[in-house]
Amino acid sequence: MEEDYILEAKGLVKEFRGFVAVNGVDLKVRRGSIHALIGPNGAGKTTVFNLLTKFLPVTRGQILYQGRDITHYSPARVAQIGIVRSFQISSVFPHLTALENVRLGLQAKAGGSFAFWRSGALLHRFDEAALALLEQVGLREYAKVMAVELPYGRKRALEIATTLAADPELMLLDEPTQGMGTEDVEAITALLKRMAQGRTVLMVEHNLGVVAHLADRITVLQRGTVLAEGTYAEVSSNPEVIAAYLGVAHA
Amino acid sequence: MTRKQWFLLLGLGVVAPFVLYPVFVMKMLCFALFACAFNLLLGYTGLLSFGHAAFFGGAAYVAGYAVKSWGVPPEIGILIGLGVGAILGAAVGALAIRRQGIYFAMVTLALAQIVYFVAVKAPFTGGEDGLQGIPRGRLFGIVDLNDTMNMYYFVLAIFLLAFWSIARIIDSPFGQVLKAIRENEARALSLGYDVDRFKLLAFVLSAALAGLAGATKALVFQFASLTDVHWTTSGEVVLMTLLGGVGTLFGPMVGAFTVVALHSELSALGSWVTVIIGATFIVCVLVFRRGIVGELQALAQRHFWGRREANEAELAQIEQGSKSKP
Repeated sequence: MEEDYILEAKGLVKEFRGFVAVNGVDLKVRRGSIHALIGPNGAGKTTVFNLLTKFLPVTRGQILYQGRDITHYSPARVAQIGIVRSFQISSVFPHLTALENVRLGLQAKAGGSFAFWRSGALLHRFDEAALALLEQVGLREYAKVMAVELPYGRKRALEIATTLAADPELMLLDEPTQGMGTEDVEAITALLKRMAQGRTVLMVEHNLGVVAHLADRITVLQRGTVLAEGTYAEVSSNPEVIAAYLGVAHA
Repeated sequence: MTRKQWFLLLGLGVVAPFVLYPVFVMKMLCFALFACAFNLLLGYTGLLSFGHAAFFGGAAYVAGYAVKSWGVPPEIGILIGLGVGAILGAAVGALAIRRQGIYFAMVTLALAQIVYFVAVKAPFTGGEDGLQGIPRGRLFGIVDLNDTMNMYYFVLAIFLLAFWSIARIIDSPFGQVLKAIRENEARALSLGYDVDRFKLLAFVLSAALAGLAGATKALVFQFASLTDVHWTTSGEVVLMTLLGGVGTLFGPMVGAFTVVALHSELSALGSWVTVIIGATFIVCVLVFRRGIVGELQALAQRHFWGRREANEAELAQIEQGSKSKP
């Protein structure tokens, strides 16, 4: 019997004017799992993310989501059918409050956003759900603070709350702990673990501690191709991975 | 916008023609509306159009022509102006939103130059002379708009209605998405907002309101001229908006009043007006970047702790609401 894969990429290729950034990547993400994409700098992790969410057009290959071919969808359409991504650098709406940030996620899901003639009071119907989400990520008391004024770790937490608000079936997180201090990393890791329940997460992550702790399955990329795939134990004992990831000196 | 602000605006509008020359105030109102329409795009969507004169002037010509040659009543002429702005906006916007930043501005400028070219060459525009002798006519067939005070209150009503619409658009669920696009376009896209369609609708709304301003101006002055479609008018509206405070509700209005007043007060100085306004602009950009209203707001926020308390009160209210629900 076939296993239940929510996302499948077959032979993904991305060329930039002769430079091949992603070269025939096959990826299968099992429903309900946390799947990590790791690899040295320049391995093509973020490019794969951009291909999957259609922020970049695919040169060759096919992407299936829930069995549906989404290879030529627009980025907005991809999000509408349940794949919501985050970005490597923190991506909040800086000059809106935390509450407004999260509300935009809820509003995206609810629709009706072209209604330029309707009253803004309508947006208050999202307040309760938005506050509940802020509570979950520990930002309840910052609801009325501009996102730009939040410290870095809290910005990332706000970003996760906003992503969750859009209620994705598949969350793509691009280095959620990048640039964080140890304490923040622990907090975000715990948060992600809680948030991932009932959802599927595909994440790019540099911090191997986080990956070991969170990921059910790991795909290692190197120079645009898949080097290895498996559980953390399998991958971390693979000599090729050790050589590629940690450098030959450590091997 | 608070009720108090509305009454203040209404009160000032009603009294103004008894203090100032009514035609001068009407000119201020037309340009204020133009700048507010422009601000919807620059201030709330983050798109810098450098071709808004095409909508302002294009609507002025078509509305003027319709009133003069077809004999349509003034209120229909104004609506035609609104429609012309929207149609031109849809055409220019559809092409311009494919590009970003400076390229977006350049596409709007290039397309606006085509409208300018048409205004110079087309038989119905009067070429260098402009379209002159547009009759004001009777509003709804009853009110004689040749009476300056009647005309003034008609213009004031248009302005207030349009200003209210802009305030409502900014506040609407749609306006909230526009702000999200302004703040972080990629993120808005990744949440599933079809950014291009939002931008296009914002562009059309802004162009339609600019057209409304242009048609009203044509009726007030009873002519439409090449100045209305010239690129310097596109530049002027950028200046008004930045001077008053981009992304603030009242800023563009204050900016437009200031620039129109400077033009009229300094008109004795001839071409030095341009230099003085240019210098004012430089000072604005260097010293008070948020514009007049933007700086005042920032000042108020720094000095009134009341604002923060109001926020906390509001928050407590939301909390109460969520608790009281079963």
